[in-house]
Amino acid sequence: MSEKEQQTGVNQPGGSGAGDYVFSEETRARAKEIIARYPEGRERSALLPLLHLVQSEQGYVSPAGIAFCAEQLGLSKAQVAAVASFYTMYKRRPTGDFLISVCTNAMCGVQGGDRTYEALQERLGVGHEETTSDGLFTLEHAECLAACDYGPVMTVNYEYFDRMQAEDALALVEALRNGERPQPTRGARLCTFKEISLQLAGFADERPGAVAEGGPGDPTLAGARLAERHGIVVAGFDPDTPITSSAPASETRASGQAPATAPKPAADRKPAGDPPAADRRSGRS
Amino acid sequence: MTAPSKEALSKLTPVLTKRWLSPEAWRLDVYERLDGYQALRKALAAHPDDLIQLVKDSGLRGRGGAGFPTGMKWGFIPQGDGKPHYLVVNADEGEPGTCKDLPLMMADPHSLIEGVIIASYAIRANRAFIYIRGEAVHAARRLRQAVIDARARGYLGKNILGSGFDLEVVVHSGAGAYICGEETALLDSLEGYRGQPRLRPPFPATHGLYASPTVVNNVETIATVPYIVLGGAKWFRSMGTEKSPGPKIYSVSGRVKQPGQYECGLGITLRELLELAGGMQDGHRLRFWTPGGSSTPLLTDEHLDVPMDFEGMMSVGTMLGTTAVQVFSDQDCPVYATYRWIEFYHHESCGKCTPCREGNYWMKQVLRRILSGQGTHEDLDTLQDACDNLLGRSFCALGDGATSPVTSSLKYFRQDYLDYIEGRKPPLLPPAPAPRQLLAVPR
Repeated sequence: MSEKEQQTGVNQPGGSGAGDYVFSEETRARAKEIIARYPEGRERSALLPLLHLVQSEQGYVSPAGIAFCAEQLGLSKAQVAAVASFYTMYKRRPTGDFLISVCTNAMCGVQGGDRTYEALQERLGVGHEETTSDGLFTLEHAECLAACDYGPVMTVNYEYFDRMQAEDALALVEALRNGERPQPTRGARLCTFKEISLQLAGFADERPGAVAEGGPGDPTLAGARLAERHGIVVAGFDPDTPITSSAPASETRASGQAPATAPKPAADRKPAGDPPAADRRSGRS
Repeated sequence: MTAPSKEALSKLTPVLTKRWLSPEAWRLDVYERLDGYQALRKALAAHPDDLIQLVKDSGLRGRGGAGFPTGMKWGFIPQGDGKPHYLVVNADEGEPGTCKDLPLMMADPHSLIEGVIIASYAIRANRAFIYIRGEAVHAARRLRQAVIDARARGYLGKNILGSGFDLEVVVHSGAGAYICGEETALLDSLEGYRGQPRLRPPFPATHGLYASPTVVNNVETIATVPYIVLGGAKWFRSMGTEKSPGPKIYSVSGRVKQPGQYECGLGITLRELLELAGGMQDGHRLRFWTPGGSSTPLLTDEHLDVPMDFEGMMSVGTMLGTTAVQVFSDQDCPVYATYRWIEFYHHESCGKCTPCREGNYWMKQVLRRILSGQGTHEDLDTLQDACDNLLGRSFCALGDGATSPVTSSLKYFRQDYLDYIEGRKPPLLPPAPAPRQLLAVPR
């Protein structure tokens, strides 16, 4: 939609079903930024991030949020609602500060995830996709969260808490209720559902040091450590192996040569990734 | 834990996972010190066609489940057609049991970015998208930072390293839909629609994103490319088997002493993999396992010595899939696991085609009835019949995959079903709650 149409108020929210809610200037500016990420004429690609964006302001996709996305992209509200209702992460009711997702797929389930979910249901007094009356917690059982080697897993606002048996999950909820912010097992420190929704809309995490937080756990490194402990490397790795040319010699190269100043890769016949301190007996550079 | 045998250890091939041991490899400066972006310099000095040929020669096959030859996929992109080309990375990891791409993007995001730039250069794409699963906020955070840092250092943007090649990369978070791991559903989702699969042909190679030539590759596939560029096809083929070359990250979960990611040459056996993972947990005996996620038919302890490559798994009626090895023991019930998986497929079915939408809905009810002690012998025929109507008749592979746990558990564990039906095993679950009344409008 053009600037002019916006100024003239075409498709402004506030029509039927959207209530009187008006999104903040900041959200409007961010919407423009999101749309600019996609090729011209392909603005509709911005719809998923825009739906995350409206959740970052309201905590769910409200009728006003749907109208907002429709207005930004020149779509009908029905088109937007059809997309929003398809995806699990767009919530149709206000979500608590902490969205708790417990994996109850087969592997986590048999390892304790089922009991964890039941215990949380009982303690919080809510069921699937329901929110506690104080607005603090929304509970859901989730499908496979792609962390099966850490099972049973659960997430709080999508940050992972690993190996969560029922008693661990209850302790975590208690801590959150007391205002504590337990550190997730692998991700960054917790923020609210609205704040994480802003990251989902494609904006960098601006909390100082957040990107650095959370390292890989033992399962992630199990194989690599085992190889290291037993001195196993893949033999025959030579980073100077030429890329054979199949093109006719006369053909013009699509690009120039690599910058002459480029440092040569380690020719230690081992795969890339050795610490720089390692002895580099490079006979060829 | 007993130490693994020499033979099992010799199957380890630390290539993609090696850099994970450096705790700050996600930082650009550390990545560069660990040989990062050297493959890019080498690739940009080569002709794009030669890179496609190199990947063809390497025999690299897609790591997202289907095993399609990557170089061939790249070669399908029509060149000189005047249309924009796109590279789309499928980072929508969600196949039950699969947990390799998220740790890769968390520990070593630049290896993916470097692979993206090389692949884009090869297929002449000036825009690439990484479609990352929404829930994976921890990995997306690192990836977004990696894109910002790579751009600031001139690895992305205009005239990359003076080569004249331009590339923009967008990290696009999904919103919770397993079906978006199917490549055409992913493209629809990326275009801002419901993630529903498209009819093929035409294939994405000619009519992909925005109806333009598009390559869709899995994270692990793309992250493998820089190593092939550096080490060459011959070196790459020194790992794995002739038809399934290279290293592969096997994700071992469940009843083993040390679950986790084990990168091995393709073709390792479960027996060896279990050794690497420290063996079964005390008090647990192997009963059933998935070779590559819940969409690959279950195997049993009869299959400990079958090579886990594309061919080996096919020879025993299953598939390599995503090499997500979920290990279940004699303390786990195959009927219950199947029920949970069918609940999953029911929830994730996009609803586009009838066999999948209805088949999973009804299979879920039937399995629940069996587990609650109310099943009949006829139920087993109903399950088989539903699978026969799903396999090959659903619109995409999600429906096919849903039949895998059902048919394979009926094949190997029929007695477990019969034990519930004939009352030898106590019900595991209460009966399903009565369905909500559809016309509960208060008068």
